[in-house]
Order: sequence, then structure tokens, then C-alpha cells
Amino acid sequence: MKQRLWLALAVTACATAGGLAQERTVALMNAHLIPIDGPEIERGTLVMQGGKIVAVGADVLIPAGATAIDLNGKVLMPGLVDTHNHIGGVSGGDGSAPIQPECRVWDSINVRTGAFRRALAGGLTTLNLMPGSGHLLSGQTIYVKIRPAETIDDMMIRDADGNPCGGIKMANGTNSIREAPFPGTRAKSAALVRQKFIEAQEYRDKIARAGGDPEKLPARDLGLEALVEVLEGRRVVHHHTHRHDDIVTVLRLSKEFGFRVVLHHVSEGWKVAEQIAAAKAPCSIILVDSPGGKLEAIDLLFKTGGVLERAGVNVAFHTDDWITDSRLFFRMAALGVRAGMSREGALRSLTLAGAEMLDLQDRVGSLTVGKDADLIVLDGDPFSVYTKVLETWIEGEKVYDRSKPEDYLYAVGGYGAGHDIDPYFCCFGHGE
Amino acid sequence: MTTRNTITVISLLTLLAAPLAAQVAIKGGRVHTVSGDVIENGVVVITDGRIVAVGPADGVSIPAGHRVLEGAVVTPGLIDAHATVGLTGIYNQKQDQDQLESSEPIQPQLQATDAYNAREQLVDWIRSFGVTTVHTGHAPGELVSGQTAILKTRSGTVEDATVVGTAAIAVTLAESARKEGGKSPGNRSKMMAMLREALVAARDYVGKQERAGDDADKRPGLNLKNEALAGVLRGETPLLITANRAIDIASALRLAKEFEVRLWLDGAAEAYLLIDEIKAAGVPVIVHPLMQRPWGEAENLSYETPAKLRAAGIPIALQSGFEGYVPKVRVVLFEAAIAAANGLGMEGALRAITLDAATLLGIEERVGSLEVGKDGDVAIYDGDPFEYTSHCVGVVIDGQVVFEGSR
Repeated sequence: MKQRLWLALAVTACATAGGLAQERTVALMNAHLIPIDGPEIERGTLVMQGGKIVAVGADVLIPAGATAIDLNGKVLMPGLVDTHNHIGGVSGGDGSAPIQPECRVWDSINVRTGAFRRALAGGLTTLNLMPGSGHLLSGQTIYVKIRPAETIDDMMIRDADGNPCGGIKMANGTNSIREAPFPGTRAKSAALVRQKFIEAQEYRDKIARAGGDPEKLPARDLGLEALVEVLEGRRVVHHHTHRHDDIVTVLRLSKEFGFRVVLHHVSEGWKVAEQIAAAKAPCSIILVDSPGGKLEAIDLLFKTGGVLERAGVNVAFHTDDWITDSRLFFRMAALGVRAGMSREGALRSLTLAGAEMLDLQDRVGSLTVGKDADLIVLDGDPFSVYTKVLETWIEGEKVYDRSKPEDYLYAVGGYGAGHDIDPYFCCFGHGE
Repeated sequence: MTTRNTITVISLLTLLAAPLAAQVAIKGGRVHTVSGDVIENGVVVITDGRIVAVGPADGVSIPAGHRVLEGAVVTPGLIDAHATVGLTGIYNQKQDQDQLESSEPIQPQLQATDAYNAREQLVDWIRSFGVTTVHTGHAPGELVSGQTAILKTRSGTVEDATVVGTAAIAVTLAESARKEGGKSPGNRSKMMAMLREALVAARDYVGKQERAGDDADKRPGLNLKNEALAGVLRGETPLLITANRAIDIASALRLAKEFEVRLWLDGAAEAYLLIDEIKAAGVPVIVHPLMQRPWGEAENLSYETPAKLRAAGIPIALQSGFEGYVPKVRVVLFEAAIAAANGLGMEGALRAITLDAATLLGIEERVGSLEVGKDGDVAIYDGDPFEYTSHCVGVVIDGQVVFEGSR
């Protein structure tokens, strides 16, 4: 009896792991469409079926049998993609070593934390959940959709082979400079990283030379396996870096070992925009309300997004939640616009640009036929403080509705909206 | 140099400086006086540092020699009703963090004016968004962490900037005041017991002073802690009690009632649970930064608290608060924007960071609205000040243009 129950649970888990995949056909009509991959459409319709967008545009016919919902001119745009988020109580490597690629963030996530509900209230649908920046390499990250979930497996975005999609988190600068065995200087930080990547190259080559001969294969090493994925471009490096010289160091290491990198935070990116552009490195940036608070963020300015955009860099914003609240993601891009970023660029920076940095541009990030029906409905201009996210849809299913009291609680806060777990401290207590 | 000569020199300098700096007129597409109606196409005239005229552009003449500034929206200079800026600095290193002294849990004698750096970059930062007055001082984190002061955000020395030297005594009823390892206070009951003991001791001290009269032999030795708390007992200095959970807010109200002292509730994340009690006590609330992170004792904070308290008739103001990490200082304009969008409305939120804040802090005779006779403190914006994409394009303090640009 007990065994049969377990079997039934396992079947249920598999069914939900693939996504929500709503089967009925739903048409959202009379919407102000912001498709991201094309110009805004004053009045248009989007049709979704089977969790996918099946039609979108100004002259779309609503299929017979479809459930039609009149949005009365409200804004409809893709769900937001957050390339750097720490909610769910994430952890990666522990204090034993500065480089721990064997650690996976998804072994630590509590999907029941209210922060996921707040993220939906902010219009976020896709997240890169990351371990912290207190290590040179703190572990493997995971890309998730904020689907209703019993376990983190229900949230995972998987590739064609069913493997969870994710990157790897690295950091340089002061956060990862700590007491031994952590590095004491910037040069030592780079040297340790370099040594580890050489080890991964040798491990990869040994495996290739073994030609499948079990006698010649090296002992399996979980950390080096992850780094080989990095060397082969299958796993992107998400690299925390603030100061201009640290940014350039990341570019140097990336070139040296040929790994694909997304630069994160990039507080002084405006000082080295040309170098970043020349390296074709995308930037996932953050803005906070004042410079300082840590030495590396003394020159953090609202203009970073605009400067990088004009230099031709692919720019996304990220919340770094809990550094900034996921409910205020639009606000950050609006501050970018305030300081010179284009409206189109800022909208892209919350959606398609982030999707590209996670290799998910074929699935999310724009209102495009064939992509997942991850959508948000707004009651006004995305960059106005007075605008509210009214609804959030993931894969054709409405997962947040501001008009429902249980969702509204997370949108504005109130008694009971608090965390059920402690927040994640990425870098307190050392380095700053 | 004699005192008389010093005064002469200062007067001369003032005379020389005043005509250059303090004569200014500000024209605005919309002038929010706050105390009265919004004036379309209005003008504010400042002479010798004070507002001398406010009205429609076609009804107010700008005196010759006045410099003219212009903007789409003109408001009174903003007031941040509680911060630690100036005691906390941009670098967040030991040498620029003077907001908390942890050698003793009760130190009401610590003056904010002894630690405020008027040239701190973060003071420049908040000024450039229109903040002209800030109530700042010792931070939450010790049971009685010290005094607060009210200052203009002008640069120079603390003397130049001070409006009120001792504004309040900062008290923390929260986990952050709790001590480990057998030290006191180790829990909530002990916090309250220690506060009551300190106030009882100060009352005894005042009683001894009064009974001694002019008899120097009978007077108790001057005790700075008791002197500071005597001001509280006399009703001159309010207690600024940081309390976020409902139980701590209730404790603060109980303490104020027992000792009949003035109370400014600070933070008050769960104030919406005790609206009747706060109203009955006649206590104003300086609401936490709206974008404060919702965790710990503030985990249940709500964007709608300012609107709910005001709707109940409770006086409110807004604040930038205290951050240990980033952003090292918040901007009260930005915090108010979230309140504006969550029930308070544009004009309601503006009032919370101008006239209501001034009234709560007891400085409404000088600042908080654009009225004749008040200090010439003005902020100029290129649109709705609360919109993310609007800019503060000019700031005037005491008639001096202290910021121009667009940040």
C-alpha cells in the first residue's frame, strides 16, 4: 500500500515538472501589446493554447471555442526575467573552500517562502536562482519558472534531455577575499580560478583520451564535471563583479579559457563600457538608491544602463532579491530610463535580454508565437510608479491575480506576508 | 580678537554674501504650496533667505536682482523625518559610521551634533533629490542609543546646519537592542524594566535638584544622562521609539503613558494592528521606509500603512531610516513615491514629507510649506516628483541655490 502511494506521487511529480501547459484556448483581447520583439501595438490580441502563445497581433481572429478575456486597453507584455535572484533561502558552497562547483543551489530552496509570491506580484516569471558572492565560485545556479510548486523540481526549466537548466556563479573583488583558505588579494583570486580551470581542462582531455576505456578514465569529479560544461559552453558563468579593474579581469579570464560569461552588477561598468562591448560580454546590472554602502559600489550610478546600451552592450537588470525587492523590478529599469536608457532598451532589459543571458530566448522574453505563454497585465505604463501588475500568467495559467485577497497580501504586504525563513545574506561579515 | 570684533566680521560677511546668494525667485508650472492650493504658473520669491511672496506669476512681481529658476513642479524643500545620514557615511567603514555606540545600553547623553558630518557625500546625495531638512542621529540598535537632531542639508559646519540640536532621544524596542552572553537587556521585559529604571532615576534626580533649590551643597552632581532624560520628563524632548512588532509598539505606548512623556513612534511596521490604541494615545508615527526589506521584525510591513494611519487621523511622516549595507542611505522622496502609489496619493504623500513632517517634528513655523515668512527652502522637479523618470532639477536652502542639474 505504502509503495503504491509513493508511485502515485512520483507520477504526479513528473506530470507537473514539465510545466503548467494549460490545454484550453484563451484569448486576451483589446490589449495594449508590448511584444518586445517588435513595436508596441495600441490594440491587439494574444491567443494561448497548450501553455504556448499561438497568435499575437493587431488583427488576430479569436478561435472558435476560445475563452475570450477583454483587457480594456490594459498593457500586456511578457513575464519578466530576473537573471540574478536569491529568494528561497538559497545556499551554495560552505566556508571550507573558495571554489565549490559541485554544490547545486537547487538542493537548498524552500519553494514555500512568501518571496516567490511577491516575485509573482512584481511580474517576474523566470528567475536565475543563484548562490552568493562570498566565494570565487559558489556553485551551480538554476533557472526556474515560478509555477505553483511542492518542491523545487516543479519549478525547474529543463532542456530537451530533461536536465535542469542553469549556470555557475563566480565572484571577484572583496566579497570573496576572506580568511584562508579563501584568497587574500585580487591576484590570488585570479590565480586560484586559473589553476582550477587548468585542472578542468586536463580532466576534460583525460576523458577524451580515454576514449571510453574505463581503465583510463579519471575518477569522476562532480566539481570538474560542472567546470567542463563551462569550458564547453553548455553552462554560462554568471560573474559577480563591481570595480572596473575586476570587470576587466573577468573578461581576461573568460578569453583565456573560452568560457561564456554574463557580467553581474557591473557597478563601474560605465568606466569600461568600450572594453565590455569589445568583448561582447552581456551585462546584468543592478541599481540601488544611493552609491556606497560597500567600497566597490562607491561609483554605482543610475547612468550605467544607458552608457552600456549606447556602447552596444546587451543589458539586463536584475533584482538581486533581497538586495532589492522583486515587486520593484520595473522601478529599477525606470531609474535606468531616468538616467538615459531608451524606453525600448529598458523594456528589453527586463525581458528578452535576460532570456538571452540564460539561453532561454527561444522560450521566454517576448510575445512571440511558439514561446511560452508567460504574460503580465498592467494597469498603466510600465515605468510609472502608479502602475500595478494586475495579473501574472505562466505557461497559459494565471498564477497571480491582484484582485484576490491572498495574492493582494503579497503585493502590498501586511500581517502574515512575512518570510517563513531567514533572508539570505550574501556577503555580510567579511570584506566590505 | 575680541568678541565684538568677531561679531563685526561675521556681520560683514553676511552682508556681503546675502545679496549674492539669498535673493531668488522660482517659477513653476505647478507650485505645490502644501499649506494651500496648488498654483498653476506660480512663483515663489525669496529675499534674504525667507519667502516673501507666493502666488500666480501674473500677480507677483519679481524684484530686480533676484535670480530666477524655473521648473515644471515646485514644492517645499522635502523633510526626511528620520535618518542616520551624516552620522553614517558612504564608505560604510568603521571611520565613517558614528551612528551607534555599543559600550553601554543606555546613553541618552550622546549628542547627534557631535557626530554629524555636514560635508558627508550622502548628505549631498539626498539634497540633490530635494531633501532640505533631515531629522538624523543615533540609530536603532541599542536600548537608548543617543540623541537626534534636526538639520538643514546645507554643507559647511554642523552649526550652520542645525535647526534643533536635541530633537529626540532614540530608543529601540527590538531584537537589535538585545544582548547575548548574560548581558542586559537580554529580553523584552528587561528592556522595559531598564527604561523604567532610567526614567525613575532621572525623576529622582530632578526632584533632588528642585528640593535643593539654590543650595549648592544639596544639589546632586551634574549627570548628563539624567539631564538628557529630564528633558524627556519635562515634555521638552520626545522619546523616538523604534518598534516594529505590535507587542513592541504596545510597550512603547505603555511606557509613554506611565511617565507622561511625549512619544514619536518610529518604524511601526505593524502599526495597522493597533490603530485605535495609537490614535487614543495621540501619538504620531514616523513610518518605516516603504522599501525597507520585509524581514525580521518588519516582515509584515505594508505599503499601505501610511494611508491607513492617515485615514484614521493619526499624524504621520515618512523617513529614509537606517541601512547597514546597501543602499547606505535611502531617499525619502523615493519612499514617499511608494506611499503615493499605495493609497496616499500624490498630494497626500507630498504632505507627509513636507508640512506633516514639519508639524510632527515641531518645526512648522520655519519649514514644510511655501508660505510667506518661512525659510526659503524649495525643490524643483521636471515632472511629478514621485514618478521614477522625473528629475529634481534644483534645490534651494535658505534662499541659496545648493543644487542644479538632473540626477
